[in-house]
Amino acid sequence: MRKPIIEVNGLGKCYRLGQIGMTSLRESINRSWRKFTGRTLPGDENKSAQEFWAVRDISFKVERGEVIGIIGRNGAGKSTLLKLLSRITDPTVGEARLRGRVASLLEVGTGFHPELTAKENIYLNGAILGMTRAEVTRKLDEIVDFAGVEKFLDTPVKRFSSGMYVRLAFAVAAHLEPEILIVDEVLAVGDADFQKKALGKMSEVSTQIGRTVLFVSHQMSAISKICKRTLLFSEGRIKADGQTEDVINLYLGNEEENGNSIFHAKIPDVTKKPMVIKSCAVTDNSGNPASIIRSSEQIKLLTKIRCLDFIPGSCMAYCLVDRHLRRVFLKFIKIESPVTKELETEFTIRPNLLVPGSYTWSVAIVIPNVRLIDGHENICRFTIRDDGTDLINPESEDYGCVILSQSDYTHSQINC
Amino acid sequence: MTPQPEIIIRPHRDWWQIDWAEIFRYRDLLLIFVWRDFIAKYKQTILGPAWFVIQPILTTIVFNVIFSRVAKIPTDGLPPTLFYMAGLLTWNYFANVFSANANTFTNQAQVFSKVYFPRLIVPFSITISNLLAFSLQLATFFCFWAWFRFFTPAGDQIVLGWNVLLFPLVIVQTGIAGLGVALIFSALNAKYRDLAFLLSFITQSWMYATPVIYALSRIPENWRWLANLNPLTQPVEATKLLLLGTGTINPLDYAQSVIITLLLFAIGLSMFHRAERTFVDTV
Repeated sequence: MRKPIIEVNGLGKCYRLGQIGMTSLRESINRSWRKFTGRTLPGDENKSAQEFWAVRDISFKVERGEVIGIIGRNGAGKSTLLKLLSRITDPTVGEARLRGRVASLLEVGTGFHPELTAKENIYLNGAILGMTRAEVTRKLDEIVDFAGVEKFLDTPVKRFSSGMYVRLAFAVAAHLEPEILIVDEVLAVGDADFQKKALGKMSEVSTQIGRTVLFVSHQMSAISKICKRTLLFSEGRIKADGQTEDVINLYLGNEEENGNSIFHAKIPDVTKKPMVIKSCAVTDNSGNPASIIRSSEQIKLLTKIRCLDFIPGSCMAYCLVDRHLRRVFLKFIKIESPVTKELETEFTIRPNLLVPGSYTWSVAIVIPNVRLIDGHENICRFTIRDDGTDLINPESEDYGCVILSQSDYTHSQINC
Repeated sequence: MTPQPEIIIRPHRDWWQIDWAEIFRYRDLLLIFVWRDFIAKYKQTILGPAWFVIQPILTTIVFNVIFSRVAKIPTDGLPPTLFYMAGLLTWNYFANVFSANANTFTNQAQVFSKVYFPRLIVPFSITISNLLAFSLQLATFFCFWAWFRFFTPAGDQIVLGWNVLLFPLVIVQTGIAGLGVALIFSALNAKYRDLAFLLSFITQSWMYATPVIYALSRIPENWRWLANLNPLTQPVEATKLLLLGTGTINPLDYAQSVIITLLLFAIGLSMFHRAERTFVDTV
């Protein structure tokens, strides 16, 4: 039986937080001088004590020809794992064995030189990625064809549009012939057509030529299209390893406890407040509490109110705050005079309005600009998960809070 | 495709385990880097390659005025222009290799954090591509050499013998010395970024510690051992001896210079290797 092509055993990478970033020589000398004289500052010891394990206890095996997806939130350790496997940095503990030629694609166009022509850059980039000159020569026509830059072969790439640049860079990478291909999020470049083409190339590489691929992405659609097996990373460890569909559902479904999307107010038995908020809950379309809402779904906030003494002119105040603590909006909605003592409000936001990310609510009963009757801040944390917005890699780019759809704006261009 | 040995990734590779076979496998990358440096330099400006010629000529003029006319430092009986140019030839190659490689990690951070290849390829290729500037300067030197040899009365003192064939070896040694020092410096610089400010100061003082503007024969015999601790002293003297026929060389001192050069290179390799393992974590 053949040995697995990738074997990872207890791999871990630890960063010492105090040492991250550059040290100046002065700092270093100061520290050793203080150590020498015995007068350590409180900071000195802490610096060496703070450890952060970016990945820990990672073990898995990959058989030849498998295509493995790797998913997880930002900071879960996916990229660190790829860096370790691509030998960009050394692990702190553990071992990995790769039985075959490795090419990693953590970025497209690494090492492109703006002054060189497209053709020259193909050779340069190919060599950086591990191809020999003969291999590049053999593949040159294919690469040029894939990138669609035949006419510009002798143009310096500094004159290229960013789209052409990216196409060329991806084309080189796509024609590597390694036994193991490590890809990080590079499909998140170029226009939709090119992304489709790139994805097609990726699955062709894996299915027809039988390469082993490790593929990190935030785009679940891409993962489920080309990977049979997926690893889910969470806080530096592998949380799940199995069929892609199961793992993605696990990731999107109950990644966070549902509990904190529901808020129950602690109401004293005797309250002087005439109107109180009893509870708030973020729910999905069907009314079940959920902390993960897909971006294509409505976001609902159910609020239960006890109204002992209705105050005319009172309003519900709904305020949404994003993860950067920015206020997305504040909306006052008049409360109609209730018939019963218990009432329930439902506030719904249309799908595809908010940028994927996590948000919290602040809910209050107020008389605008006059009086706060009852209110709670930072409750009902929920996350909007991207399932088909046109944003590219929303977890690492700050797209603000609101997605502008076609009907929200106009844009004109004038040729002068 | 040739079968590849198994790649084992584990912590703490020791410094002597530099994978030379792997560097050899990446020889195409080395050549392409060298070629890129040539092309990029050539393309950037029209004056690009001309600078390699103009700059040492200007330096020679300045040296002529200051050290020869004003300070009246003797030049071993040779025409000062040739004396300075010969010294600068070898010295400049060393200094260029040193300063071009001294910031390897910081200059290459972008690439190093995205793709793996044996990191030593970069300084190796820069050391080789600096031979372009060197050859242009050598050609310039021989123009001046021919003029002084055949059209000035001082020409008879200038001797060019068969031993000039040893000159390439001197240059190889100079390149290795420059590379060794640069590897040490870049490893330190990867950790202590403020060292970069020292670079031009180090290079400048080092030049004055090397017999470029003066002859080794001007240093009293009992102090020469100190001058010879500088691995560049003998190569620069040798350049003058081989190209002009006058220089203070003795085999023992030269052997010492070679040993110091190799020592610096070994230290540089090990420090560079240590730094490359985790440099990316500190970017």
